Amino acid sequence: MTHGNARLELAGITKRYGDVVANDAIDLAVHAGEIHALLGENGAGKSTLSKIIYGVVRPDAGTLRWEGRAVEIASPGDARRLGIGMVFQHFSLFESLRVVDNIALGEDGPASGAALSASIRGISHAYGLPLDPSRYVHTMSVGERQRVEIVRCLLQSPKLLVMDEPTSVLTPQAVERLFATLRSLAAEGTAILYISHKLAEIRALCDRATILRDGRVTGECDPRAEDQASLARMMIGSDLPHPRHRAAIPGATMLAARALDLPAGDPFGTPLAGVDLDVRAGEIVGIAGISGNGQRELLAALSGERTTRADAVAIDGVGVGHLGIAARRRHGLAYVPEERQGRGAVPELSLADNTLLSASPQGLVRHGIVDRRATRARARDAIAAFRVKAAGPDALAETLSGGNLQKFILAREMQQSPKVLIAAQPTWGVDIGASAEIRQALVDLRDAGAAVLVVSEDLDELFEIADRIAVIARGRLSPAMPVTGTDPEAIGLAMAGEPGARAA
Amino acid sequence: MIDTLVGIVALTLAAGTPLVIAALGELVVERSGVLNLGVEGMMLIGAVAGFIVTVHTHMPWLGVAAAIVAGAAMALVFAIVAVSLQANQVASGLALSLLGIGLSAFVGQPYVAAVVDPIKAINWPPLSSLPVLGPLLFAYNPLVYVSVALAAGVHLFLLHSRAGLVLRAVGESPRSAHAIGYRVLAIRYAAVLFGGACAGLAGAYLSLAFTPLWSEGMTSGRGWIALALVVFATWRPYRVLLGAWLFGAVTLAQFQVQAAGIEIAPQLLAMLPYAATIVVLAWMSRDAAAIRRHSPASLGKPFHPQR
Amino acid sequence: MAPFRLEARNAPSSLAKWLAPPLAAIAMVACGFVLFAVLGKDPVAALHAFFVAPVATRYGIGELLLKASPLALIATGLAIGYRANVWNIGAEGQLAVGAIAAGGVALALDASGPLVVLPLMFVAGALAGALWAAIPAWLRTRCNANEILTSLMLVYIATLLLSYMVHGPWRDPEGFNFPQSRMFAASALLPVIVEGTRLNAGTLVTLAVVAAAWLFVARTLVGFEMRVAGLAPGAAQYAGVSPAKVVWIGMLCGGACAGVAGVNEIAGPIGQLLPSVSPGYGFAAIIVAFVGRLHPAGIVVASLLMSLLYLGGEAAQVALALPSSITGLFQGTLLLFLLAADVLIHYRVRIGARTAMATP
Repeated sequence: MTHGNARLELAGITKRYGDVVANDAIDLAVHAGEIHALLGENGAGKSTLSKIIYGVVRPDAGTLRWEGRAVEIASPGDARRLGIGMVFQHFSLFESLRVVDNIALGEDGPASGAALSASIRGISHAYGLPLDPSRYVHTMSVGERQRVEIVRCLLQSPKLLVMDEPTSVLTPQAVERLFATLRSLAAEGTAILYISHKLAEIRALCDRATILRDGRVTGECDPRAEDQASLARMMIGSDLPHPRHRAAIPGATMLAARALDLPAGDPFGTPLAGVDLDVRAGEIVGIAGISGNGQRELLAALSGERTTRADAVAIDGVGVGHLGIAARRRHGLAYVPEERQGRGAVPELSLADNTLLSASPQGLVRHGIVDRRATRARARDAIAAFRVKAAGPDALAETLSGGNLQKFILAREMQQSPKVLIAAQPTWGVDIGASAEIRQALVDLRDAGAAVLVVSEDLDELFEIADRIAVIARGRLSPAMPVTGTDPEAIGLAMAGEPGARAA
Repeated sequence: MIDTLVGIVALTLAAGTPLVIAALGELVVERSGVLNLGVEGMMLIGAVAGFIVTVHTHMPWLGVAAAIVAGAAMALVFAIVAVSLQANQVASGLALSLLGIGLSAFVGQPYVAAVVDPIKAINWPPLSSLPVLGPLLFAYNPLVYVSVALAAGVHLFLLHSRAGLVLRAVGESPRSAHAIGYRVLAIRYAAVLFGGACAGLAGAYLSLAFTPLWSEGMTSGRGWIALALVVFATWRPYRVLLGAWLFGAVTLAQFQVQAAGIEIAPQLLAMLPYAATIVVLAWMSRDAAAIRRHSPASLGKPFHPQR
Repeated sequence: MAPFRLEARNAPSSLAKWLAPPLAAIAMVACGFVLFAVLGKDPVAALHAFFVAPVATRYGIGELLLKASPLALIATGLAIGYRANVWNIGAEGQLAVGAIAAGGVALALDASGPLVVLPLMFVAGALAGALWAAIPAWLRTRCNANEILTSLMLVYIATLLLSYMVHGPWRDPEGFNFPQSRMFAASALLPVIVEGTRLNAGTLVTLAVVAAAWLFVARTLVGFEMRVAGLAPGAAQYAGVSPAKVVWIGMLCGGACAGVAGVNEIAGPIGQLLPSVSPGYGFAAIIVAFVGRLHPAGIVVASLLMSLLYLGGEAAQVALALPSSITGLFQGTLLLFLLAADVLIHYRVRIGARTAMATP
């Protein structure tokens, strides 16, 4: 499989952002025809390294060798000229333009409409990722958009294809199709660098793996020869944690949605149609789904950021659909939103000030004046409750790491002893240690008798902590079924909107 | 009767021309994602620069060139502050407008009573003396024709050229454009300079062709109206023509009403263009979804390439 | 490409935040030095005539405070909105409308005593200014119309309205056809509080409003919500803050303050209605708000500086034979330098091109 010079070789690559060392003396070698994994959890430095390889970022030290020659990749244009193609994690597509326009922008030659469209059609079909060049990107699903990104690279006949977290937006079936495409590319001699934190996928797909932790290489191996536990140990330095919980003993229905309809919030959104949902006290209900299928609208409708018919949403039996989020909090609702910085917390304000965002009705304000001492005490309690690494209640939210800020927000919401907690993507972008703490906290909250609703794109997470699971697809919600009666395959089919979504 | 109508149309086009030019320039700037509130100041600087150069050289076209350069120079200052230094675009644009208003008044003080050779309307004997079509199509000031050609040019550029495609991409998502390898800051600089040049040209039209004279603040808010026009046109060049000519008509209405002998105080009539701007802006903005569809997604937000 | 590079800081520098205004002021003065030299005046003498001479006497200090008062007042009101990304640019028009309303009260009640007339004038002025600002607020909340443009258009309309009133219905019949209203009765004039100057009770009103605004922004929940709305609209939505409420409060505060400033002007030094009752205070206040970092204390200091620029411009007319529009020149330059200096808050400046990559 590996002969002579590696196609791409990195030696001693280092990159600093201020005080943070994102990449520390990294060595990496990818050979022709090899599918090489770059494994590491969120924050390990994988994205920075991929940006260096693609010329978006310049390293502070170290060398790159392409097919044995030392090179400097000063821009994405340089990378493309060498033969490197990159599929970004957060797509760099322009929604208001067509597929052919988007691909033309990614090319260096003149944009010829007809010839380019023909090439797009040809290549996309040849590799099992069919595309219509004249479609506008904003009409396409997330999976289809990824196809555009991939086809854009394939048109250049890349010698090295870099894929950054490609499967976070795909159903299990789509993942299989992608793997088939990648295997055929590798068979043709393309080198593939596959960046991910998903151990099972890497073991299924990749020939070799380089593991990153805290910016350093902590191991190199053949993932198929290792088991998940040993890979995890190299990735996080300890064993994978598992939450402890006993079986759920559900009580009365605390959060209910009945025939909930909601028009899309913006031109590119998804309207909700006839959503029915029950979350009972003492249980965790998970909602799975690919992003863009109505989750944002559902969260807005349930939390109160958008209002609807009074009886469409009920908390503890009381119709609250017409009430805003502040009023619903008075009825016992707590909400951990998907975006930490910018929604769950204001980055430029202190943790004490951020407590006021949702906890102000709880004795922190008198006659319209803010009680500064009570607010800081509240923040201090939240920091202590989850051992948040922060300088204190006066620390600015933007100085906290993703995991710590998420823990603070969760603590702030749980401090209110809510009857209902809604959590959206609770561990997205959070390191494994904090993720485990957060999941455990959700389970503990459930055990204490609250009704918990978790909306997440991470199927593993849902299967780990949820008692019942439902699927949202194209604005419709499936009935929630017990987790023990189904499996990721069936849920995957339901996420794609295909029949057979019942329990396996 | 026909003659009066033709006269009104001709005057409307003439009155709308500075708005066309300034709004087209701003349209290009906004398509790259930058909001330039300095148009009013840049128009005034262009007007005074063109006027002063013409007074000294007696060559109005040289004045026009000077106005274009002056407008672009002011725009360069704006670009440095708002694009490179990431300052708040609203405040920066306002600062430029205030500076332009003050600087033009200061520099133009000695020239208030001066007289220039203006840019005269074209006169091609065979065509210009045709009965109706003559004054309707062939008797305008050359800059009026320039304004129409500019609209066509901007349309072709934006929708049918690669450079225009790149500009639109930058306006929608500078981060994605940067990730692909386009130099977002350089592209925005080019757009802003173009906008400043247009604003300068529009000012020169006022001081060298339309009126032609110089007085402090002579644009009377046309720069702001041009900004509103870009919204009215939902960032599409041909609709700018339509909107600007409608405004030209409203501006003329004041004088038509007075000429008709109706007894309304001149100050109240003068309010018409401004009131019309408000109404038009409110009407167009109602459909938030349409605005979101057509407006450049990154408008007004600063962008810093993290290298 | 550029001779300098911007490197993002880990956390915003508050040192830079408070250093930027003085830096900008110094840069402005330096520009003035160059400008005077280019114009053929002795730069040091010119700077002295512009910045020092006007406040060398007791009367001069009184004038300084007199002009600073409307600037601080309006800027305070505007800053509440600016913190929340509500851009009221129409303060000049709201001031004019406030003056019209208060002037109407003064002219109608010229037989009543000061304890009746003056408070009514203030109420009328504040309400009128708030009403004029309510128009862009309504247009933004109902029609999504950009409040920058609508409030600006209303400035032109308000100025024309004032001009109409003093040329027409309210023109002084004994004024020899000059466009001005009757002089107000003594009961409608603010009493002078410092002898030997023109400083009047309006300044006390300003101080009271500034103090109240400080409390509002720093200590109340609504003030907090306004700040959040400006810093992170998503978080404001999450907190349940109504975006319409933010727009209304932001616009009305600015409008009311501008209206009161209008009252201060006509019940103070002017004493009647004229076609123009403000030398651009509404726009200068915008600069004051920014240079003062949207903070009441900073605004007070910035208003003194801006007032000095006005006095300097008037002095330059007399002592240096320069047009008074030089004031606008300095004002615009000050704001520009401030915005440029602001870059230091979030970025470090590194001179020279990027250093070459080191090879191991």
